[in-house]
Amino acid sequence: MTAVAEQAKLNVLFEQLPDLVRADSDLVRRGALCNAALEVGIGETLFYLRIAAGRVAALERQPSPARQVSPSHHVQFSLHASGEAWHKFWAPVPEPGWHDLSALTKRGAAKLDGDITPYMTHLQFFKDMLASPRRLVREKR
Amino acid sequence: MAAHLEPIVGRYMTLSLGGREHRLYFEEAGQGIPLVCLHTAGADGRQYRHLLNDAAVTQHFRVLVFDMPWHGKSLPPVGFEREEYVLTTKSYTEMVVAFCDALDLVKPVVMGCSIGGRIVLNLAIEHASRFRALIGLESADFQEGWYDTSWLNRADVHGGEICAALVSGLIAPQSPDAGRHETLWMYKQGGPGVFKGDLYFYRVDGDLRPRIREIDTSVCPLYLLTGEYDFSCSPEDTKRTVQSIAGGVEVVVMKELGHFPMSENPARFREYILPVLDKVRQGSAKQR
Repeated sequence: MTAVAEQAKLNVLFEQLPDLVRADSDLVRRGALCNAALEVGIGETLFYLRIAAGRVAALERQPSPARQVSPSHHVQFSLHASGEAWHKFWAPVPEPGWHDLSALTKRGAAKLDGDITPYMTHLQFFKDMLASPRRLVREKR
Repeated sequence: MAAHLEPIVGRYMTLSLGGREHRLYFEEAGQGIPLVCLHTAGADGRQYRHLLNDAAVTQHFRVLVFDMPWHGKSLPPVGFEREEYVLTTKSYTEMVVAFCDALDLVKPVVMGCSIGGRIVLNLAIEHASRFRALIGLESADFQEGWYDTSWLNRADVHGGEICAALVSGLIAPQSPDAGRHETLWMYKQGGPGVFKGDLYFYRVDGDLRPRIREIDTSVCPLYLLTGEYDFSCSPEDTKRTVQSIAGGVEVVVMKELGHFPMSENPARFREYILPVLDKVRQGSAKQR
């Protein structure tokens, strides 16, 4: 698969996030007090994400940084990871070292920036939410 | 219908540590070679409940598990409210030795996980002749920190939730949900600042790299086992550690296990630990 095709596949997966979260009543319950605005970098693609009461209230693909005149949204923090990192993280059974967001940041495959207080306050919620595309990968097996 | 009673018995003892009285809770089961088990940072002895209930272990070993002071059912010492809890190499070593002495354990085996795995190395350095064998789970002389421990105890972030969320990624994805969530529950129950205080030993005070060469496995056998999904104390950390030990130590990498093998997936863990305990028994028979 070409790099462009792989990136497109990852983008499509991530864009399912609002539905995946909405369908997971336990995740929504645990995130009931979570409200945050963040940027998620899926390889080359940037997404703006707004979380309201544990649900994904907005998910918008952003222009690449080179084409941004000014940030289109205010975000509290960002999480960027390479396409390879997300591909391995969302594998049906991820390999050791690629199975958790903290594992990705420790190995340098992902990076957190900004005020990460909302992320740390609702850490399990964010971990589980951002892992939820794995469910789709498992179902497609 | 008669209740199913487990063979585990729990008791309290008073132990003087650092010149202060401590009320310590411990559990035990079985008969034979004393096997003292040390829980991970921020948790308690319940992590070993499956081992305590395993007849294949308890028919040969007297398994003993204590909750460290400030953890589980062991209380902090009187006056704790005016101090910050901090575990050090010295205080942790003293605690394990004092527990063994208080119960008159003769040449016990000590098995510890994570911080327990680290202190086992210090026991091998400073007290090898007192022990029959030492077993380190998720054990290394040092490992790099991967988050700022100040997050673990602050008024605006729920301590139990963040402690559990941080360690949740150290559990292997193959571990059953029941084992995963029971393991995390103990982290959710820890007292404020206790996990952070334990990590002072792990991150700051307990760097054993300068002394690891002092270990002599001809005095006391050492066994090290690390889960492949543990990215905190990775298999590479354990392998690097043994490179400095004369004579070498075999490192067993446990497949489909993480940082909490005995509680996250007890069935898988026993496949790895039973052969080690057999070796300990065989070694004991030769010594007689």
